[in-house]
Amino acid sequence: MNGAKIILESLKKEKVNILFGIGGGSVIPLFDEIHKDKDIKFILTRHEQAAAHMADGFSRATGKVGVCVATSGPGATNLVTGLATAYMDSIPMVALTGQVATHLVGNDAFQEADTTGITRPVTKHNYLVTDVKDLAATIKEAFYLARTGRPGPVLIDLPVDIQRDSCKFSYPEKANIKGYKPKTGGHIKQIKEAAKLINSSKRPVVYAGGGVIISKASNELRAFASKGKLPVTTTLMGTGSFPADSELSLSMLGMHGTYYANNAVQNSDLIIAVGARFDDRVTGRVKDFAKGAKVIHIDIDPTSISKIIKADVPIVGDARAVLKKLVKHIEFKERKDWHKQIAKWKSKQPLIYKKDNKLRPQYVIEQLYKATKGNAVITTEVGQHQMWAEQFYKYNEPNTFLTSGGLGTMGYGFPAAIGAKFGKPKKTVINIAGDGSFQMNIQELATCVVNDINVINVVLNNNYLGMVRQWQELFYDKRYSQVCLGKSHKERVPDFARVAEAYGAKGISVCKKKDVMPAIKEALKYKSGPVVMDFIIEEEENVYPMVPAGAAIDEVLIDMA
Amino acid sequence: MKHTISVQVENKFGVLARISGLFSARGYNIDSLAVGETEDPDISRITIVVHGDESVLEQVTKQLNKLPDVIKVKDFLKSNIVKRDLILIKVFADKKVRAEIVEIAAIFRAKIVDVAKESITIEVTGNEDKVVAFIDLVKPYKIKEIVRTGIIAIERGEK
Repeated sequence: MNGAKIILESLKKEKVNILFGIGGGSVIPLFDEIHKDKDIKFILTRHEQAAAHMADGFSRATGKVGVCVATSGPGATNLVTGLATAYMDSIPMVALTGQVATHLVGNDAFQEADTTGITRPVTKHNYLVTDVKDLAATIKEAFYLARTGRPGPVLIDLPVDIQRDSCKFSYPEKANIKGYKPKTGGHIKQIKEAAKLINSSKRPVVYAGGGVIISKASNELRAFASKGKLPVTTTLMGTGSFPADSELSLSMLGMHGTYYANNAVQNSDLIIAVGARFDDRVTGRVKDFAKGAKVIHIDIDPTSISKIIKADVPIVGDARAVLKKLVKHIEFKERKDWHKQIAKWKSKQPLIYKKDNKLRPQYVIEQLYKATKGNAVITTEVGQHQMWAEQFYKYNEPNTFLTSGGLGTMGYGFPAAIGAKFGKPKKTVINIAGDGSFQMNIQELATCVVNDINVINVVLNNNYLGMVRQWQELFYDKRYSQVCLGKSHKERVPDFARVAEAYGAKGISVCKKKDVMPAIKEALKYKSGPVVMDFIIEEEENVYPMVPAGAAIDEVLIDMA
Repeated sequence: MKHTISVQVENKFGVLARISGLFSARGYNIDSLAVGETEDPDISRITIVVHGDESVLEQVTKQLNKLPDVIKVKDFLKSNIVKRDLILIKVFADKKVRAEIVEIAAIFRAKIVDVAKESITIEVTGNEDKVVAFIDLVKPYKIKEIVRTGIIAIERGEK
């Protein structure tokens, strides 16, 4: 069997049935086998970065390993942003890249790049296959690494002659990597220690991150929180891991988190971190973060524990496995005073925005929530719209809010939505975008149109790179440097609805508040391909609350709405 | 605080780049680094001397452990170990001073490995203190070149 066929047969053993990518000179043998194959669907994208984000979105929506393919050189370098995005958010992915023939490697050949060298810091692991006999075992290892422990992207670089060479195909049962044995169970002594702290805590807060979603621990988290009557705040990555409509929910914490989540954390006596890593957008000024609190930190990755905040009780393990054990050891406690205090914070400063006749982004998202009854899969780009999408759409289920949390990649949302739609074809998938971000992968409208992919893009068009403009307004005296995207305040560029129509997609422009709901309904009804909704929103709307960079998370700016 | 960390790794290409990349990406300082095959040809050992406070060192060892190609990491801070550094040092030495230098070498049980008209090359092995002391003593004769292996270390056998 030739190498190219071995690759496809190995992918099938890993239950892969869809690939996203673009070919090129050094993957032609592989593409020839794809042409002959009947089981694996190939989605031809218009940019490799988008292919990586599609694999990522597919993975986040389904929990399966997404796979993307690119050729050598520029094909591989175009994947880098997508790999880094997945790496920062611990998303299981496998990337296959072509490489020049083994005898040319290192010779500066045409379309040669040191792909393993370039991607080393943005992958969990990577491989250059130099013998076709190693191919099957390498693929086995790559998938095993991608989906176990703290998941992440793994890249396999495949010289073109390896794809042509032949050997007998046998797929190994198990991957055996001497230096890789992730601990998943959690140490029982530590778990009991944690339970003791929880049971004696008067003001506990659960701080849940993306790890809860990755380990499929949402049910366990619910059971844990309700047994201990523990308030839960989620990170951007943890959005959906705990139902937003639960009375125990504090929503998001950190820079654009709620007033009540940040106050609860700052005044707590115990933080129970589950699958989270105390990112700087969460902690604000570290030395003033939750000063009076002890910390229990549950994470599969030992390097995340005590990296930023020293853990009093570190527990290395899978969030689901650990919560399952921990819940048995905790007692029901009313903690009446604490919940009374939290209720006070909630009523003092709920999430608000100005309710007038102007078309405001928060209103659009609220209507979107109403129209979809909260049942859509939402993806986002990065910036103001991303924060509003987190704040004003309510997520009650995991894997329904897909966003680039760690790397903050503009251009992520649209391709991720396409990937998610392939993973969950029955779901309504909506990309909430800004006018800046959407243009970073707008070319994928072609991919959608060609494949009849019904994804809705909600562009909150404020004529600005809005988040940077907000910082310039608040901290740089309104010196708006290089953030206006239009020709003037009256002439926004481009006309997204017309761009959409040119691609053969449906385009809808909305300028007035009263037109929002009818337009959303029209978009939801449309099933023949992608939709672009261009909402001409207020230019200078800000995201609040906001904790300025470097401040403590209770030093918060609140909008005077 | 200086730590000597011994890292067992898969003997594959790219492993050293993974480790040095980890140190540079995370801003850890390497004082010295030595690599070589072990008794098992599939496994190499990398000895790294690194400085930093306890929390930095905790991260260094955890991050190293996280690499799939790393089999075992040991911080030798509290272990009973033998440490050795080997240097080759070329010193200006004409007829007049050659005997003096040879005498110093003898005291340090160093080996003369090459003698030329104007210079003498000496091999010194020992722990860091010894090597530094030797360098200090020959400095006045003017050093032409120094090559060091970097520290290697091994745990003492059980007594």
